[in-house]
Amino acid sequence: MQEYNFAYLDEQTKRMIRRAILKGLAIPGYQVPFASREMPMPYGWGTGGVQVSAAVLTPDDTMKVIDQGADDTTNAVSIRKFFERTAGVATTTVTGEATVIQTRHRIPEEPLKEGQILVYQVPIPEPMRFLEPRETETRKMHALEEYGLMHVKLYEDISRHGHIATAYAYPVKVEGRYVMDPSPIPKFDNPKLEMAAIQLFGAGREQRIYALPPHTKAVSLDFEDHPFEASKADHPCGLCGAQDSYLDEVIVDDEGGRLFVCSDTDYCTHRQEAAR
Amino acid sequence: MTGVEPMIALSDVSKTFTLHNQGGAVIEVMRNASLSVAKGECVALVGASGAGKSTLMRMVYGNYLAAKGKVVVAGLDVAQAAPREILALRREVMGYVSQFLRVVPRVPTLEVVAEPLLAVGEDREAALARARDLLTRLNIPQTLWSLSPTTFSGGEQQRVNIARGFAHPYPVLLLDEPTASLDAANREVVLTLIEEAKDRGAAIMGIFHDEAARDRVCDRVVDVTGFAPLQAA
Amino acid sequence: MTPLLSVRALTKRYGPHIGCADVSFDLWPGEVMGIVGESGSGKSTLLNCMAGHLVCDSGQVIFDTRADGPTDTLTMSEPARRMLSRTDWAFVHQHARDGLRMGVSAGGNVGERLMAVGARNYGDIRDTAIDWLGRVEISETRIDDRPTTFSGGMQQRLQIARNLVTGPRLVFMDEPTGGLDVSVQARLLDLLRGLVRDMGLSAIIVTHDLAVVRLLADRLMVMKDGHVVEAGLTDQVLDDPQHAYTQLLVSSVLQV
Repeated sequence: MQEYNFAYLDEQTKRMIRRAILKGLAIPGYQVPFASREMPMPYGWGTGGVQVSAAVLTPDDTMKVIDQGADDTTNAVSIRKFFERTAGVATTTVTGEATVIQTRHRIPEEPLKEGQILVYQVPIPEPMRFLEPRETETRKMHALEEYGLMHVKLYEDISRHGHIATAYAYPVKVEGRYVMDPSPIPKFDNPKLEMAAIQLFGAGREQRIYALPPHTKAVSLDFEDHPFEASKADHPCGLCGAQDSYLDEVIVDDEGGRLFVCSDTDYCTHRQEAAR
Repeated sequence: MTGVEPMIALSDVSKTFTLHNQGGAVIEVMRNASLSVAKGECVALVGASGAGKSTLMRMVYGNYLAAKGKVVVAGLDVAQAAPREILALRREVMGYVSQFLRVVPRVPTLEVVAEPLLAVGEDREAALARARDLLTRLNIPQTLWSLSPTTFSGGEQQRVNIARGFAHPYPVLLLDEPTASLDAANREVVLTLIEEAKDRGAAIMGIFHDEAARDRVCDRVVDVTGFAPLQAA
Repeated sequence: MTPLLSVRALTKRYGPHIGCADVSFDLWPGEVMGIVGESGSGKSTLLNCMAGHLVCDSGQVIFDTRADGPTDTLTMSEPARRMLSRTDWAFVHQHARDGLRMGVSAGGNVGERLMAVGARNYGDIRDTAIDWLGRVEISETRIDDRPTTFSGGMQQRLQIARNLVTGPRLVFMDEPTGGLDVSVQARLLDLLRGLVRDMGLSAIIVTHDLAVVRLLADRLMVMKDGHVVEAGLTDQVLDDPQHAYTQLLVSSVLQV
C-alpha cells in the first residue's frame, strides 16, 4: 500500500483550495465557495479547517492544534495526530514555535507574529443566516452592502437583555466592507482579529473559505450608545493568576466548587513555569 | 352677459348613459344645456323630479362625464380636465354639499368638518376653531363632536355635511337640498350661511325644493326641463 | 410640476398569457390611486412590476428621484433600486407576515429600515419606534413583543409603521385591508388616510374592494384581462362608469 499524499489531500485539491484562499485574501471577509472534500472525520469536527491546513502546510512547518484554547482535548489531539501521520510535520503546543495553528473557538493569548498562519474551524460562515435563511438573499445583501439586518440582531439583544448579549461569533465589519462571522470565538478575542499573522477560515460542510490578511481592520458592530465591549469573567486565573486572559469556568468537586482557569493551556502553563 | 367671466358656465352640454349590460341601450338625458352663474349669484335649478337637476349638478362637479359640450368652472373645462385638475378644483375652488354624508368610519365629527381646511393646508388649530364655530352654529351638541357622524340621525348628518361644505370659503358652491330635513332654527342658520357665502362673492348653484328658501336666497331660477332631449329635438 | 411616477407601456407576459399589457399613467405627488379588478385581472402583477418585485417584459417605470430627477427604475442598477425601495418607497403586503420579520420584536421590525440606512444610536432608534407604534395605535408596552403575538389588524398596522418610518414618498399597497374584520378595516382606512394626508404620501392601492377605493383613492384604474379598461376620478368612475366591465363591477357589489 502506498503512503498518503503529503497532508492527505491530492495536489489538485490542494491547488483548488489554495486558489480559494488567495481569492479570500484578496477580498478580505468575502466568503469564497470551494469544493469541500469528504474528510476522514465527521462534519463539525473541523473538516473545513483541516482542508485549509492541508492546503497551506509545507514539510518544514511546525503545527499546533487547539480546541477552545486547549492542546489536549480530543479534537485537538486527533487533528494533530492526523497531520503527524499524513504530513509528517513537526508539532508543538507552544504558540510562539508554531508556523501553522489550527484553532476551534479561540485566538491564542500570546500575540501572533508575521509568518504565522491561524486557521479557524467554522461551523456557519454566514453571519446573517439566522435572520435571513435564504442564501440567495444573503449573498445579494453582501454584494449590495445591505447590513441593516445585522444591527437588528444587536437591537434585539439590547431590547431583551439591556445590553448586547451576543458573547461569541460576534460579527465584525472587515475593512469597512464585508460583514464577517469570526467563527464562534468569544467576543473577548474580537480585538485580536487585527493581528500580524494571516488568518484563514474554513467551513467544510458549508463549503466556504474566507480570510483576513495581516493587519486587516475588523471592527465589531455596535451602537453609539451601546459600544462593543470585549468582556470576560471577572476573575484572575485560578492556576497562573493571569488577569488578562480568557477564562473557562471549571467545576472542581461535587459541592459545586468552581475554579476559573485560562482557556489557553499553553499560555497558562508558561506563566506557571515562569512563576516557579 | 356682463364682461365679467362667469364662475360656472355650461354651453351645449349633453349627457347620455350607455347601459352596456342591458343590450347597449343608450339613454339620452340632457341635450344642449347652457347656463352660467356669476360671482355672488345664487341660481336654483328647478324642474320635475327626474328632469335632470342632479345630473346637471354632478356634471358640474365632475362626478358625471358630459357626453358633449363645455362645463367651465373657474376657467377649467371639467368635461375635459385631467383628474388631478379636477381634484385641485374641488380642493380649492368648488365645494359640494350633497344629501348624503360619505365619510371614513370612526373619524370624529370635528375632524370631518375641519378636513377641507386641512386639505388646503390651513393651520390645524385654525381649522378646528372654524369647525367648532360651524358645529356650534348648526346646533350639533358638543358632546357629539368627538364621535363619528356615521352613528348620527339623518338631520344631524345633514348638518355635519353642511358644516363640512361651508368650512372652506369655496368660490363655487353646489348645494343639493341644503335645507331638507332641517327644523326651522337650523334652516335659518343654513340660509344665513348661504347669504354670507353670496356676500363674500361665491357663485352658488343649488337644488331647493323648499320654495320659501329658494325665494329668499336665489337670484335666478333655471328650469332644466328646457334641457330635456325631447323638447330640444 | 413633475409626476412622482410615470408608467409607460408596461407589459408583462407569463408565456402566452398576459399579466398586464401596455399600462401607462402618471401619478402626481400627494395622489392616491386605486387599481381595481377581479382576481386575475393583472392588478397585482402590475403592482409587483412597478415595485420591482417582478421583471417585466417592456415599458418604463420612471420615478422622480431626489438626487437625479426622473429616472427609469427598470434600467437602474440593482443597488440603486434597492436603496430607493428602502428610502423612498414602501410596500405594504396583503399578508402582514410577508412584510414583517415574525421572529423579530415590534421595535426591531420598525427599526430595521432605520438601521439599514445607517442609524446607529439604539436610544434614537427605539424612540422613533415608540413614536411610530403610537402613530399606528400600538401600545408602547408591546414594543418588545413579537408580531406573532399580535392580532391581524395590529400586524397590519405594524407593517405600515415599519414601511413608513423612513418617510417614503410612494407607497404600494396590495389589498391592505384584505382578510381583516370590517371594524378593523375601518380603523386601518382611517389611519392610512391620515398618514397619507399628513406625510403628503402618494400611494397606489390594489384592491377588489370598491368601498376601500371610494374612501381612500383620488383616482381609479379599472383592469380586466391585463388591460386598463377605464380610468378617472374615483367617484366619477364608480358613479358614472363608461365601460361595460366597470358597469358590471359596480352593479355587482352591495351598495356602499
